[in-house]
Amino acid sequence: MQSSLRIVWIYPDLLSTYGDQGNVLVLEQRARRRGIPVEVVHVRSSDPVPEQGDIYLIGGGEDRPQILGAERLRRDGGLHRAIQRGASLLAVCAGYQIMGSVFGGEEGQPVPGIGLLDISSGRGERRSVGELAAEVDPSLGLPTLTGFENHMGVTRLGPGVTPLSRTLVGTGNGDGTEGCFAGKIIGTYLHGPALARNPALADLLLRWAAGPLPAMDDSWYERLRNERLGAVLKP
Amino acid sequence: MSQLPLRAQLASALGRTAATLSRATGRGDGSVIGGRVGLLLEPDLLRKLAHEKKLALVSATNGKTTTTRLIASALQELGEVATNAFGANMPAGHVSALSSNKAAPYGVLEVDEKYLPEVLDTTEAGVVVLMNLSRDQMDRAAEIWLLAQKWRRALAGRPAHVIANCDDPLVTWGASTAARVTWVAGGQRWHEDSWCCPECGGPLDRAEGIVNADWACRECTFSRPEPNWILDGEDAIDPYGHRWRLDLQLPGTANRSNAVVALATAAAFGLEPQRALPRLREVKSVAGRYTTVERDGRVMKLLLAKNPAGWLEAFDVTRPDRPIVLSVNAQGPDGRDTSWLWDVDYRILAGRHVYVTGERRLDLALRLDVAGVGFILVDDFSQAVSALPPGDIDVIANYTAFQSIRTEFGRAV
Ligand SMILES: [Zn+2]
Repeated sequence: MQSSLRIVWIYPDLLSTYGDQGNVLVLEQRARRRGIPVEVVHVRSSDPVPEQGDIYLIGGGEDRPQILGAERLRRDGGLHRAIQRGASLLAVCAGYQIMGSVFGGEEGQPVPGIGLLDISSGRGERRSVGELAAEVDPSLGLPTLTGFENHMGVTRLGPGVTPLSRTLVGTGNGDGTEGCFAGKIIGTYLHGPALARNPALADLLLRWAAGPLPAMDDSWYERLRNERLGAVLKP
Repeated sequence: MSQLPLRAQLASALGRTAATLSRATGRGDGSVIGGRVGLLLEPDLLRKLAHEKKLALVSATNGKTTTTRLIASALQELGEVATNAFGANMPAGHVSALSSNKAAPYGVLEVDEKYLPEVLDTTEAGVVVLMNLSRDQMDRAAEIWLLAQKWRRALAGRPAHVIANCDDPLVTWGASTAARVTWVAGGQRWHEDSWCCPECGGPLDRAEGIVNADWACRECTFSRPEPNWILDGEDAIDPYGHRWRLDLQLPGTANRSNAVVALATAAAFGLEPQRALPRLREVKSVAGRYTTVERDGRVMKLLLAKNPAGWLEAFDVTRPDRPIVLSVNAQGPDGRDTSWLWDVDYRILAGRHVYVTGERRLDLALRLDVAGVGFILVDDFSQAVSALPPGDIDVIANYTAFQSIRTEFGRAV
């Protein structure tokens, strides 16, 4: 591991509509509490994406910023090079769709994505808004996923990715699964502070970048998780 | 006597009865239920009621209730004003407001951002006031870029005189299709939704500062229009360059900005600042916002903040030496999604005595923990109050949390 962990937040000026900053803050806090020095880089859409980051984050946004974000990422190429170098990526909501081959624009028209995940997205019939709970793929060894979704997307997973989870409550990809992963790339519809509600997912990203982590006091995280899961998984 | 046709008069009278019942049964301010009954009976009621008045519509993400109140207070200098003083800002509330004072020659209506095109179309209001657009409870509010685009379409080709805040790029874009615009440099504290050009998506270059700070797109010609009115510290500067010391009772930069917008709007009705300003100074609180309540020697200032930009404005009027109680709910009117908490920079509260409550206090607790802000978690508002020593206390709450605190003090106004 290099001297400090570099967290790169891609295009907060375009794609940070749903409290996406939360994911950056949670990663930063959980690394620092383990004594890992952290450098956070905010990359505006007018600037190049640096290739030397360890963890990349991209968030949600409206249709037009999503299309602009996809165009700029493709033109820039920095994120592709970072992933080839072995960096990890958490892509949320609009940012998740951008990682695929195609997504739906303002009028539902197909817009090309940047092809980092083997998925394709389109516009569904109605908006999915609400709490989501899902069981994570056993190979990742993570507890139940909890979060909030707010999107009209429907995402088809290709053979090159694995579903991140199977939904218990909520819509996710639209076929009973939520999100996906491939290598060190994770995509999810759970927007905003997905990592605040799922600290084990945050730690997975940190371990990919920094190796084994000591335990930390998770009591506020756990209390919030228990309350939210309790609220949606009522017997 | 009113010029309304008989059927509309009947509808409006029935609406008033329902509103009285709603107030009498303690179920609300009565403003929405009255309007709903009226609209059911007469869909064109709003159109008919509006056409009898000189009307201003007021819309924004934040500050629309307060600014509506300020404009209505100012216009009272000219005559009676019908207004939706309780923030019932959709067509049912508008019917209720206008029918409660049919004889009034003036009307000032707070309008939900999404409903503005529809309400403008129905009422054909002569004046439209647009102040700011920023992310709001996203599970229920419209996306703001889309919203600004709808404003553009609604204003194009209409005679309405628009009063708009040119320090907000998205509002500027939304207003700039109007035939006539008075631009107000009213400030923008929250910049996170306007780093990109609404016209072309290119980067906006922005000068430092919250008020009267220039901006321009790096890639196209979209740039800040020259302001006609300017908020400059404690003063408003009018289009003739005259300075007016505001001296409001309402606290904070956001309210000084609201007041300059109100002065510009009053001027559009032909009312000069020397007559409007004393009226603005009389306003102390607005539907419980900024009001002070007392219990057992604890003197509490109540602040409403519903979204990240609103929290920044609320922090601006709190005092670092006072303890602060924060209360957050996530019921329908609040938005059921609490992710916006992560857009608020709470680090400004570090070192203060912070009490956390509300139905979603655990969301806020984790948010503060990650921000490195110490706090005490309490079950409810009363517990926070009794845990604090007598003295001044700041209280910030989001919508339903605010209403429930307000109810504890007899719906404080
Ligand atoms: Zn531009």
